[in-house]
Amino acid sequence: MSTSMTNDVPAVRVQGVTRIFAARKGSGVTALDDVSLTVAPGEFVSLIGPSGCGKSTLLRLVADLDVPTSGSIEVFGKPARQARIDQDYGIAFQQAGLLPWRTVAGNIELPLELHGVGKAARRARAAELIALVGLADFASHYPDQLSGGMQQRVAIARSLAESPSLLLMDEPFGALDEMTRERMQNELVRICAETQAAVVFVTHSIPEAVFLSNRVVVMSPRPGRIRSIVSVGLGEMSGRGEDLREDEGFFHALSQVRELLHGDEAGINPTGVRGVETR
Amino acid sequence: MPTQTERTAPLNRGALGVPELRVPHRRSTVVRPRLRAGVFGLAGLALLGLVWELYKTVGPADGVVLGGVTVLPRTTDLAMPHLAVMFERLFEPVTGAASALPLWQAVLAGSLFTLGIAAVGWLVGVTVGLALALLMQRLRLAESAILPWIILSQTVPLIAIAPLVRRWGAQLQFGEFTWESWMSVALIASYLAFFPVSIGALRGLGSPDANHVDLMRCYAVGWWKILWRLRLPASVGYLLPALRLAAVSAVVGSVVAEVSIGLRGGIGRLIVEYAGAAGGDPGKPWAPIFGSILVGLVAAGFVGLIGLFLRRFRRGEVST
Repeated sequence: MSTSMTNDVPAVRVQGVTRIFAARKGSGVTALDDVSLTVAPGEFVSLIGPSGCGKSTLLRLVADLDVPTSGSIEVFGKPARQARIDQDYGIAFQQAGLLPWRTVAGNIELPLELHGVGKAARRARAAELIALVGLADFASHYPDQLSGGMQQRVAIARSLAESPSLLLMDEPFGALDEMTRERMQNELVRICAETQAAVVFVTHSIPEAVFLSNRVVVMSPRPGRIRSIVSVGLGEMSGRGEDLREDEGFFHALSQVRELLHGDEAGINPTGVRGVETR
Repeated sequence: MPTQTERTAPLNRGALGVPELRVPHRRSTVVRPRLRAGVFGLAGLALLGLVWELYKTVGPADGVVLGGVTVLPRTTDLAMPHLAVMFERLFEPVTGAASALPLWQAVLAGSLFTLGIAAVGWLVGVTVGLALALLMQRLRLAESAILPWIILSQTVPLIAIAPLVRRWGAQLQFGEFTWESWMSVALIASYLAFFPVSIGALRGLGSPDANHVDLMRCYAVGWWKILWRLRLPASVGYLLPALRLAAVSAVVGSVVAEVSIGLRGGIGRLIVEYAGAAGGDPGKPWAPIFGSILVGLVAAGFVGLIGLFLRRFRRGEVST
């Protein structure tokens, strides 16, 4: 996560990626069709779209949890697989996915422990991250003693454990209520400003995408494609705060993304029926 | 998940990030239900005794016969001795011989003998069961190849395999080592014990969420590390009931195999021997039955003790 970090190597480069899930009969489901996307180092990019638009699939491909049918994916100039092996990214899912038998500190230390970091260094790093996500009083609590929002904060701390230059987040706040969600968004903005990591963030909330991102990638379903990319331009991460939600530019970007998302309600689909004809 | 009987309190969802804590009040919420369970258990036992005595008092001496079929047993002192007779008999000598031990001592010695054999059988069974589960978890092919045989193995009656095991064992001899009869009994006990362990462990090892498995894959760690850090801890909730079942099976297997093989010294032998005395000494056959119950309780209690050490791994699952 260090040597390849020159400014001209993108954090993520997705080129002409198609992913077709084989079906038992018929031609299979095209989850992604010829998708290309580049994420710059330190950039916050959201993927938004209705269910079935392949946004989670795209994230899983970048994380090398799945392999594209065709096309290429590079993370910091390396094939996705190599980037996974080199631990170039941190990841957080919709479910916090904490191990119930480990304390908060134990869960955050997990990736460090798995990669052979010494005990003292682990302790120190975990304490640092626990402070960063504001759970200092809960280090020795078990996940079942935490609220959903707190669990998700632990998961985010865990994804930051190895100081990755890229964070992959799959609807990490999707299961939280609206109030907790906004708090978590504010915190994520602060954390991103502090860590300078690039983020690929999957969400189905328009305000969330606009509030957090430098760019919002609007996707359309069946087959999953990028419809448009909206540059939000709300300024530096470090300058974003609660008052941004009242900002003129925020509302402008909001309506722009909304229009793009609802654009094809009329059902005009230029490529016709690919991938849906059997149903 | 059926085995997670000790789930901790369910999660409170939208908690506004407010530190709503559920620090477990061990004293009040864990100990008291256990105590209550113990009280209910004893009450159940007392009720059973009461029903026995009640039926003995009011039931007809020749039993309840419906259309020529006896549906409830005779109530004579021979067929249904009083509970007091059963217990008094425990403290009388085994036989009329001057050197005879009190019955309870003979039964206790037999119980310990059987417990030892069952423990060996349990250990072997647990080892084999775990090994099979690991193999099946590692290789899909192994699962489809072995699993049907594991299930099939339990349909073979013990009585059928006991003589075979004994005959094969008798032919074994490497140097100093000779196969002893008790080893045959332990082997048969393990034959019963491995089954629940292999099935329970297989389910347990496969129990982690896709989420957790994905996470491990992101960490790019190998199968052994995933096993140690994720699959084994996650399987504890499935493994403990399987171990308890295996312990009880090992005891039953030992008792039955002692009878089939004709091994002296254990509870199984005593059950057969004392049953012969039932005609003149109705309290006597009950002593080894109590002995085998005792062995079963000790075996199950031992697994409970293991569970106590592993209780960290039985915490409630987390979900947001």
